Amino acid sequence: MPAAIQCRDLRKTYDGKVEAVRGLNLEIQSGECFGLLGPNGAGKTTTIEILEGLLTPTSGEVSILGKTWRENEREMREWLGISLQETRLSEKLSVRETIELFASFYREPRSSDEVMAQLELTEKADSWVGKLSGGQRQRLAVATALVCNPKILFLDEPTTGLDPQSRRQLWDIIRTFQRDGGTILLTTHYMDEAERLCDRLAVVDHGQIIAEGTPPELIERLGGHHVVEFSISGNSDGAALQAWRGLPSVESVREDDGLIALNVKQPHLTIPALLDAIDRQGSRLQHLTTRQASLEDVFVNLTGRHLREQ
Amino acid sequence: MSVAQETPVTATARRPHTPPRRNGRWSGYTHLLMARMLELKREPEVVFWVFVFPLLLALGLGIAFRNKPGDAASVAIVVGPGSQDEQALLARSPQHELFKVQTLTAAEAQKGFRLGKFDVVIEPDGHGNVEYRYDPARPESVLARTEVNDELQSAAGRKDVVATKTVTSSEPGSRYIDFLIPGLLGMNLMNSGMWGIGFALVDMRQRKLLKRYVGTPMRRGDFLLAIMSSRLLLMVIEIGLLLLFGVLFFHMRVVGSIFSIALLGGLGSLTFGGVGLLTASRAQKIESISGLINLVMMPMWIFSGVFFSYERFPQAIHPLIKALPLTALNDALRASILEGTPLLHQWARLLVLGLWGGISFLLALKWFRWT
Repeated sequence: MPAAIQCRDLRKTYDGKVEAVRGLNLEIQSGECFGLLGPNGAGKTTTIEILEGLLTPTSGEVSILGKTWRENEREMREWLGISLQETRLSEKLSVRETIELFASFYREPRSSDEVMAQLELTEKADSWVGKLSGGQRQRLAVATALVCNPKILFLDEPTTGLDPQSRRQLWDIIRTFQRDGGTILLTTHYMDEAERLCDRLAVVDHGQIIAEGTPPELIERLGGHHVVEFSISGNSDGAALQAWRGLPSVESVREDDGLIALNVKQPHLTIPALLDAIDRQGSRLQHLTTRQASLEDVFVNLTGRHLREQ
Repeated sequence: MSVAQETPVTATARRPHTPPRRNGRWSGYTHLLMARMLELKREPEVVFWVFVFPLLLALGLGIAFRNKPGDAASVAIVVGPGSQDEQALLARSPQHELFKVQTLTAAEAQKGFRLGKFDVVIEPDGHGNVEYRYDPARPESVLARTEVNDELQSAAGRKDVVATKTVTSSEPGSRYIDFLIPGLLGMNLMNSGMWGIGFALVDMRQRKLLKRYVGTPMRRGDFLLAIMSSRLLLMVIEIGLLLLFGVLFFHMRVVGSIFSIALLGGLGSLTFGGVGLLTASRAQKIESISGLINLVMMPMWIFSGVFFSYERFPQAIHPLIKALPLTALNDALRASILEGTPLLHQWARLLVLGLWGGISFLLALKWFRWT
């Protein structure tokens, strides 16, 4: 059985200068929820739009369930559900009219009532799109994708700008789709979203994949599952930073927003040694926390930047 | 590690409860057309600009330039020795309702003349002679001077040597409003074609709606067809309203057949739809399309004889003017509505429209950017 989504050595150069995607390889199996994670401008949207057949790559190959865009576009459109990053649907049409309109493009769509019920839009069926909240609009965007009964769902930053409750609602919808056998490719710059939803992830930066795997695998690669963050009185310079690297069980060190962050395998070995070292220096501990490592730590470790920063 | 397992899944099961329906070949087209009509109906601005504005324009211009009985010339007589006599002479003349006479000081008369309040100023010298002040560049001023002079001379005893008889003619069909309404029809078809198609498409492109549509199996031709069809439907209402208004309010006489007028309207709509499509084929922002649309329409506003006849422009550029689509449409509408000229005799104008529409449409299809 062919992979749901496959691309090899994908490249996209805009106007002959801006290299948005620089040699990207992906293979996503049917039934998987796969996430492209990366900061704004990393090339996520360009990548997903090439896979959706909306942009042509400068070079490279794409196949969706074994078919290519050049030969099978019309057939492929029947089984792909797409939600773009930012589509402003017609404000003066009602929710039902909008879903019916999208349904009319497919040979065998689902019933609009069923889709509205699934996305909890039934109450708003006759409201104009212009009157919907951000969360409702986003659910409507997903509804226009689900109405065709797709095999693969493409979601470009589905929860950006939504309140926590709306995000959870969308996550539930995505999980239900997956549970029923659908394949999902989504882009996000939210770590928690990627961790909760995705079976596998690719971290994208500057148009390339810099790490790929399941969320636990990626965190495993940090070397330590725990992060010890602390700050002490007095300045710490680069040389001092490296001194912490020598503490027991520490895998890596970085300075982050005035805090020193240690990736640690066994905090119970590191912390007593850390306290001793601070004592010997004659410094005073001002702050100390420990927490589980997250994808954010993976990203910072890989790129030296936070996802939120650019 | 937490991976996709904590929040309990509450959404209802997805797979079809209802059997999937099958859509026919034209399902996309009919839904697109329906959606477009609903959107237009729900947009109060569209209703105003497409339907109400042309009526207001016709009403305003029709009233401003209506044929008033005795479009009285306004005459100023400068106070001084002899001014009483001149006034008395004018008042006695058989055509005295043609003049609106005021007597004022030289300074006031001068000022009024400069502001266009008076068409001619009469300054008697007190010895039975008068001096006319008029502006040869203002037709009404030239006319007023001649008329006033005639009246004064004949009131003073001049005899006409040739016997003359005059017949007045202000039949419906030859008045300004009759000229104006077909012009407004043409202009309106141009406006709504350019804005209704050009602007609407760029707006959809900017909102990424076009891109979203292309992400479905929607047939692109159906989409363009639906947009064009919605224009044709609106056109029928536009033409009907404006003609009905002219007939009821200004007693306009429609000589040509409704069928040929509708056919011309349809052709005009499609032509400007094509030009609008071409104008919108690549623009990304509504700011740039607004500028482009105005740029395309401006020459036609000026040259194509909407408000005044293009005969006023130098003969040398008439062929160019006649090659503009709005000129062809306006001429054809006037010929059909006012004179009942059969469409066959207007093949040259129809050809101009067809070429503009057809070539624009083909180029637009080639260049059109969906994303």
